[in-house]
Amino acid sequence: MPDARTRILSRLRAAPPSPLPDLPDWTAPVYEPAARLDRFRAMFEAMKAEVHDVDAATWPQRLRTLLDNRGVRTLLHGDGSPVAAQLAAAWSGDDQAPALVAYDRAVEDLKDDLVHRIDAGITWASAGIAETGSVVLWPTAREPRLMSLLPPIHIALVEEDTIHDTLADLMVRQGWALRMPTNVVVVSGPSKTADIEQTLAFGVHGPKELIILVIRKQLNAG
Amino acid sequence: MSAESKASGGDGHMGHVTVTNFAGRAHVALNDKPLRANFRRAMDGLMTKRAAQFPDAADLARLRARGAAIKERALARLPELLEQLETRCTANGIKVHWAETTGDANRIVLDIFRSHGVRTVVKGKSMVSEEMHLNAFLGEHGIEAVESDLGEYIIQLAGEMPSHIVMPCIHKNKGQIGQLFSEHIEGQRYTEDVDELTAAARRVMRAKFAEADAGISGVNFAVAETGTLVLIENEGNGRMSTTLPPLHVAVMGIEKLVETLDDIPPLLALLPRSATGQPITTYVNMITSPRKPGEKDGPQEVHLVLLDNGRTRVYADLELRETLRCIRCGACMNHCPVYARVGGHTYDAVYPGPIGKILTPQIAGLDVAEDLPHASSLCNACVEVCPVKIPIADILVRLRREAVRPSASQAVKGGGHGWTLSEASAWAGWKILNAHPALYRMGTGVLATLGNLIPSSLPPLKAWTGVRAKPKFARKTLHQLARDKGFDDA
Repeated sequence: MPDARTRILSRLRAAPPSPLPDLPDWTAPVYEPAARLDRFRAMFEAMKAEVHDVDAATWPQRLRTLLDNRGVRTLLHGDGSPVAAQLAAAWSGDDQAPALVAYDRAVEDLKDDLVHRIDAGITWASAGIAETGSVVLWPTAREPRLMSLLPPIHIALVEEDTIHDTLADLMVRQGWALRMPTNVVVVSGPSKTADIEQTLAFGVHGPKELIILVIRKQLNAG
Repeated sequence: MSAESKASGGDGHMGHVTVTNFAGRAHVALNDKPLRANFRRAMDGLMTKRAAQFPDAADLARLRARGAAIKERALARLPELLEQLETRCTANGIKVHWAETTGDANRIVLDIFRSHGVRTVVKGKSMVSEEMHLNAFLGEHGIEAVESDLGEYIIQLAGEMPSHIVMPCIHKNKGQIGQLFSEHIEGQRYTEDVDELTAAARRVMRAKFAEADAGISGVNFAVAETGTLVLIENEGNGRMSTTLPPLHVAVMGIEKLVETLDDIPPLLALLPRSATGQPITTYVNMITSPRKPGEKDGPQEVHLVLLDNGRTRVYADLELRETLRCIRCGACMNHCPVYARVGGHTYDAVYPGPIGKILTPQIAGLDVAEDLPHASSLCNACVEVCPVKIPIADILVRLRREAVRPSASQAVKGGGHGWTLSEASAWAGWKILNAHPALYRMGTGVLATLGNLIPSSLPPLKAWTGVRAKPKFARKTLHQLARDKGFDDA
């Protein structure tokens, strides 16, 4: 007796063929370079995310203030990432700074802290998307998937010139189809729900707050 | 969605009322004022928000044409794409299983769980798992499956079925939810504060996520080209269910395929905007493999269960096949004047509203779906908003026809089940009357003089007059009026 797979496929193959239509033209929106960051910011802010302009050298100080305002005591970062090095250098000798915790072992050995104790997590975003106000997280062994999900606050660092117009544009330019990783997530705000009477509530399972730090190329000059 | 599950679902979510057809249940729902208020408010909000997302009609037309063509192409190439998906997934380390029936799918999931010693499971929202009645099945076999989507969690506490495919607890208000939480969540006081209720659910679910042995999810789109499963959501519970536990099982209908990764952006531009009027969901989660060596999290194993459950039968009919384009946005129900008034439970089916009215009779059979194809005024609102242009009204009419006079199509199950002697005789009489002018004149003449004497309580009329005023016959027939005006050939 043939198996389920064979039977399903043979039933589908026995069905009458339907025509294969061409894909009609559709183009995703295109933004003026000058308007791109504005759109990115406006869309994120409409989703209750915060967007801050920072520069590559001094963002840890800015982050320090943002975290202090929220009473953050522990910050999770990737293990051995440039972010970690920069944070450690900037906050060294500062007793009041949030404790830095590296995601340096498998989740099984870190689960309790991750699920219940860490206040915030910081990751790189591999790109930004202007149309929808989104960051693309491309988790790696160094910056695992749960960093951006379990802590109540997620901070994403994104470089200004990685902000693309649309997801469609980004996928093609970066050739995603040939190099899909274990997981890639497009994030467009903090975790939210409207399941109770269409009323928006944030942080239902994932981060209650999303803070985007945009590393500007010429912040001081501009 | 077998006959037996339908019967067991029937009294579960209709409270004390046992009514076996849509028309009967609709009467009950129409008199339920809180229910009608809950739906009216929600549907009005959703329609307004969707409209605001598509300000330009020409843009929307182009996008819908693209969305429809993407799904049409995927269906035209379905068997080869399924094989391609299997090849790619397998190469990526995802184990692929095939199931012809919901029973087979349930057993596949159970076998995977048993071989891993799974006791508790967290679930992301999945309509296919509702189709399978998977939670109940696992429960019977000693495995606790907890819904983690807030809406699904609420109806699981209430022991109900989803009343909407995107917003499952849309029929409930915060008072009812506050009551449920105070009864079921330890230490939770009664409150109508939405933030507090949400925080309570977060607390409960955190612990569940951490202890779960496995996660279950649905799939919004599976990309044949790359073997990628695309899941969209706002809450993050889907990401939790597919990342934190060591084992992830995804279930999907075989029609959820697309050819290439490039097909995803236009579908993402359609789905959340059509569904909830959001420009995009908070998370678009693309899963291509289990945890790789050196990676620190993610499930060690990922399984994908491909479910047929009648879809290959529907596929065999070119007209009905268009139903399989559905991307489950729910816009058809949000815009349906019938759904908005009676709510999702009245349909007594996993998929309510317009898409349910065509999907349920096709998957479960016209004998099981009873009068569902008639639960429509054919106003076409659903057809106008469908992001993939499914001709829902045409398919409804086709199913109504099949219900009384089955065609040769093998795609329809239970055809002819809707045939009744009284309806057939009425139409036979109508045909004779209209084909014989003398008889017609006599008939209308009799009705003009005696029609108003027929009591509205007469049994054959009662089904109609029970909820409507009996129309008054004019004293003169149209033919008589025409002759009075001087048309002598009338």
